[in-house]
Amino acid sequence: MQPFTTLTGVAVPLLQDDINTDQITPINRNINPDWAALLFANARKRPDGSADPDFPLNKPQFGAPSILVTGRNFGCGSSREGAVWAMIATGIRCIVARSFADIYRENCLQNGLLPVELKPADCAAFEARVLAADGAAPFTVDLQAQRISGPGGPDLAFELPGADRTRLLEGLDDIGLTLKHAPEIAAFEQRMAGAQPWLQTAADSRR
Amino acid sequence: MAQTLFDKIWEAHLVARRADGRELIYIDRHVLHELHAPHAFKKLAQAQRAVRRPDLTFSVQDHTVSTKPGRNDTTNAQSTPFLQAMRDGSARNGIRLFDIDDPEQGISHVVAPELGMVLPGATHAVPDSHACTVGGLGALAFGCGTSELEHILVTQVIALKRPKRMRVRLDGGLGPHVTAKDVALRIIAEVGIAGGRGHAVEYAGAAVRAMSIEGRLTLCNLAIEMGARSGFVAPDETTFGWLADRPFAPQGRQWDAALAHWGTLKSDDDAQFDSEVVLDCCDLEPQITWGTDPSQVVGVGGRVPELASVAPGQEAAYRRALDYMGLTPGMAVAGLPVHRVFIGSCTNSRLPDLEAAAAVVRGRHVAAGVVAMVVPGSSTVKREAEAAGLDRVFRAAGFFWGESGCSMCAGGNGDRGEAGERCVSTTNRNFEGRQGKGVRTHLVSPATAAATAIAGRIVDVRRMLEGAA
Repeated sequence: MQPFTTLTGVAVPLLQDDINTDQITPINRNINPDWAALLFANARKRPDGSADPDFPLNKPQFGAPSILVTGRNFGCGSSREGAVWAMIATGIRCIVARSFADIYRENCLQNGLLPVELKPADCAAFEARVLAADGAAPFTVDLQAQRISGPGGPDLAFELPGADRTRLLEGLDDIGLTLKHAPEIAAFEQRMAGAQPWLQTAADSRR
Repeated sequence: MAQTLFDKIWEAHLVARRADGRELIYIDRHVLHELHAPHAFKKLAQAQRAVRRPDLTFSVQDHTVSTKPGRNDTTNAQSTPFLQAMRDGSARNGIRLFDIDDPEQGISHVVAPELGMVLPGATHAVPDSHACTVGGLGALAFGCGTSELEHILVTQVIALKRPKRMRVRLDGGLGPHVTAKDVALRIIAEVGIAGGRGHAVEYAGAAVRAMSIEGRLTLCNLAIEMGARSGFVAPDETTFGWLADRPFAPQGRQWDAALAHWGTLKSDDDAQFDSEVVLDCCDLEPQITWGTDPSQVVGVGGRVPELASVAPGQEAAYRRALDYMGLTPGMAVAGLPVHRVFIGSCTNSRLPDLEAAAAVVRGRHVAAGVVAMVVPGSSTVKREAEAAGLDRVFRAAGFFWGESGCSMCAGGNGDRGEAGERCVSTTNRNFEGRQGKGVRTHLVSPATAAATAIAGRIVDVRRMLEGAA
């Protein structure tokens, strides 16, 4: 996984609550899709198929976004990880949301996409700053210091649980972290085979 | 100390605490599907990592399969690469696949319970947010992403932060033609689509005890629609009776030992929950969504809410939903003309769901201009329904009777509606574009869907049946 330390770039506002993963990436019918093209594929287009000039990601000043700023419960719905891959493919490495859906937040952490929740008291002011900047001046996210800085106001602190922070800062492989516990997994299996043996086998009784 | 059922299952599956504070929870049963697993298979091969427990892992083809009678790999050309990658990856890793032509193929959340792969007190994972469905049997299930799926394949554990505990207590009994689906929609309306975020939800109370296992599966299926990754019902005699003699359930002396353990799987009387919601089901009427998220729900006799009743801050979302759905404030929901009716999905595609729909349809005909589909949740359900003659009831009434799969729930196989169509559906998500770009989805129970197909407009199934009596 690509480590995340600091990021400086354009912040694009998409200030709605409850944006679901069907909206972020409509279901992929191609096994190896162009993920960037799938990002908000429906919302970007008007009913006649042409690009909607009012959709933030279609505006020229947000042509190369780094940070997405959005509302509550971002990424609810389907567990599809493509809804994170499409962000990465577009260059977005940080999402500042009022809150995240559980599975989406997990998928972010697995891919080096930083999910930031500001203090509730700071959200509205930060969103106003992002709207005012309108892509003309960059924001900087510093994960080590857990601060966001940018035009129009003071630096803002955020908190990511220490464990998640270390994983992102160092780009640690999640499977590698768990495999350090391989002996405990084996011991667990042995123990469970004695305590609830029906869980350690899934045999088809007809075969 | 008094424990909730969640704590009991969690503690029994806690393998270790990682240095980063995450808890490693052992996964007893892992079921994969072809939309997401091929990517993980590819990454495994690249990293030269092996599947730790192929014997506890199963594969199904469900999201992309065609529902056309006589289907095969190439019926749906866009699906072919998914089906083949799933077949190759499963074979390479020694995982049993319920392939497109397998007599037990179907939607993972239908197949795993009906074959007895899922057991009370077991943990379960699927790379699909509706994994929570199987909580209806008293299992603790986690929907996950593709990276987590790969993690489980290699390690057989999932690395989680411990969720909080919520109890949803459902009091009273359900009236005629009011179902688990109606209860689940009402709960989401009360709690909101993020009300269960960060929680594992235990459904309890008299209404749950009276529900069939299929009803409990429907109830738990919709836990994710209020933001909860896991939802479950403590197992009881109904559960044990339903599971007995299913092919992957323990047999003989193992069954007796399992049964003794399963009797302990309940929250202690004085166990503490982080939050509790109580719903009296006595006067509940059939429910329907009017908007574009599953909390935008009214009784089928109700009206689209007025702006004044919308929570502060939600006005823009409310207007957007009305605009997408082609509705105006205060409009009656009953009577809206529909173009399409879909009965199926991991929410409502089991035999009792199809029986309830067929009971409404029998001797009647789908209204002119309505495209109506029934897609059984598994090939087993399809066979059982055909043995009971349900396929003939649906076909005679003008329904399409399909091969099993996820179909129009997410449209991953190309089964979708056209822009502007109003679709009444027994699925789980009424999101914008979910059933096709511009399709206006209303979520309902199978009985309400069936009645709507007959009437050609949204109706209260109770009125239709009483009218006939």
